[in-house]
Amino acid sequence: MKRVSRNDIIFLAVLAAVVAVVFLVFSVVGNKEDGAYVLVTIDGEEYGTYSLWQEQEVPIIQDGVTTNVLVIEDGFADMTEADCPDKLCVHQKAISKNNETIVCLPNKVVVQVMGSEESGFDSIAK
Amino acid sequence: MRNKVAYLGVFLALALICSYVESLIPFYFGIPGVKLGLTNIVVVLMLYCVGTKEALAISVLRIVLAGFLFGNMFSILYSLAGGLLSFLIMVLLKRTGKLGVLPISVSGGVFHNVGQLVVAAAVVENYNIFYYMPVLLVAGIITGFLIGVAAQEMILRIGNRLK
Ligand SMILES: [Zn+2]
Repeated sequence: MKRVSRNDIIFLAVLAAVVAVVFLVFSVVGNKEDGAYVLVTIDGEEYGTYSLWQEQEVPIIQDGVTTNVLVIEDGFADMTEADCPDKLCVHQKAISKNNETIVCLPNKVVVQVMGSEESGFDSIAK
Repeated sequence: MRNKVAYLGVFLALALICSYVESLIPFYFGIPGVKLGLTNIVVVLMLYCVGTKEALAISVLRIVLAGFLFGNMFSILYSLAGGLLSFLIMVLLKRTGKLGVLPISVSGGVFHNVGQLVVAAAVVENYNIFYYMPVLLVAGIITGFLIGVAAQEMILRIGNRLK
């Protein structure tokens, strides 16, 4: 039995090409610049926006309970506390570049870095 | 295959070990809960050496049990989305009869991550997290490739004994 056939190679080459194109498109339209502020959404609804250049601690309150705490310092936003079972949002690195996100799935909280002006990726995603 | 139930038990144990190893690897690409999909090696192996139904049963059982053991309800939801989508794609590609283990495993790895990302976006109702798609696609290709190489060697060497 041959390990890799001609078909296999063609298929893998096409797949690699498709992924390369996706990568290219995303890197062209999604800029990697430092963001200006973060947008916090809960369940897709806007919760608030906070400047990345203003040191602050943002408690994210849902139904009277603080579910997550976001700390903003020196242009970085970091989730420092959460009451979710997996704590994966707390483990995620601090974010600072446009379009980077911290997601807390159990609490349905998304923190997203936004630029001063609409970046290309946002206009496509919307 | 003799002692079918015993064999399936061994496969399930193997899949759970893979899940456990995976749960120890930190993999935070902005999307919590997204796993590398190492357990796919057991699924690929079973697809070729045992059967489609058995492979599906073991992968669903594995996801639910691993969720209770090393994760939570959300990790079950995630893993099911990724696991079932990747399973479906692999079965369909295998049915064509034109492709070998390697491309099927790579497709499984890619769609595993796509499925997880889609569920994550749906849960938080925020489609901006598709920003992480390229990274997850590349990660899927790499893990799928490594798993494909390993699975192929196992199928060639021990495949006959499992039938
Ligand atoms: Zn969380």
